[in-house]
Amino acid sequence: MKIYGVALLVFCFLIGKYLGGLLAELIGISGDVGGVGFAMLLLMFANGFLKRFSWYEVQTKAGVLFWSSMYIPVIVAMAATRNVHAAISGGWTALIAGVAVTLVGFMLVPLLSKIRTTKQESDGTI
Amino acid sequence: MELFKELISKNGLLFAFLLVGLILGASQLLSKHLFKGRIPAAAIAIIGALILALFGADKGLANIEIFAGLAVLGGSMFRDFTVVATAMGAEIEKIKQAGLAGILSLFIGVSFSFVIGVIIAYAMGYTDVKDLTAIGAGACTYIVGPITGTAIGASSDVIALGITAGVVKTIVTTILTPLVAKQIKLTTPHAAMVFGGLIGTTSGVTAGLAATDKELVPYGAFTATFYTGLGCLLCPSIFYYLLMQLLG
Repeated sequence: MKIYGVALLVFCFLIGKYLGGLLAELIGISGDVGGVGFAMLLLMFANGFLKRFSWYEVQTKAGVLFWSSMYIPVIVAMAATRNVHAAISGGWTALIAGVAVTLVGFMLVPLLSKIRTTKQESDGTI
Repeated sequence: MELFKELISKNGLLFAFLLVGLILGASQLLSKHLFKGRIPAAAIAIIGALILALFGADKGLANIEIFAGLAVLGGSMFRDFTVVATAMGAEIEKIKQAGLAGILSLFIGVSFSFVIGVIIAYAMGYTDVKDLTAIGAGACTYIVGPITGTAIGASSDVIALGITAGVVKTIVTTILTPLVAKQIKLTTPHAAMVFGGLIGTTSGVTAGLAATDKELVPYGAFTATFYTGLGCLLCPSIFYYLLMQLLG
């Protein structure tokens, strides 16, 4: 049943958001730190774990996949509700700062991508 | 007309699905026939939506009554929910492999954004440490900006300026990512995680990646989701303190 997939997704989402809220509280800020990340990890582990059961069938997954395919439409709706006026009329300082930061970020991507976690042999020594 | 308006405002979210469907449909046609497939439909739809947002005010199109449902569909609840759903296609191994690069990119991303924001603000004539901190934090994301600004007691117009810098960052990221993806080698899950950590604006990163290659979305979102938290942690504390020492 598709609803099982949706229910699983909501479960992971809420737990992740809760953990994100706890982490934020620990740091001392309002909101949520890494909630989406925690929820994603949970869903990945849950999916890996549940695969071995026969009742976790294609239709269950379809419940999750539907929402993942709604991702782009949601982003389009989000774009349509941005404060684009503010971005344009915020004056040169905001405009230059926003553009410069983004461009430098882009340029750093290929540099930092070179860092890879290599698997180290654990032979007891450091 | 009254009846129509009432119907729409009672069913705002559903109407938003219809609108987005129309925008994406039109983008698909444009992508295929006008751009011959060179620009992905998602990128056209997102840029088109940003242009449509100009017809509204602070909430974009959602300021117009009958389009108010777009704010629900495009709000953080649906955004976070659907982005979590994309994790279904992600692999834990790939996330582990990019772990170190991801963490480093987060720290570097927050630090350089702050520094560049401060330098530009300074060059534009701001000298007060609180002002500089608020603008530098805004250059991280439009959430880090106001949280930091409020925490250190910066003035509201400077906080607004910081938020604007963050909004500009989101929009520039959304538009440029699909255009420069190949040049910056943003083609693998590994690079997407680094990208998410460096840029950090969750909405910009995920929208940019969605328009580039939707397989990459979960990886970019994974690191970006920690960026704002890290920024809120560093900007009003260590960075503010260092800046105070530096400019006294």
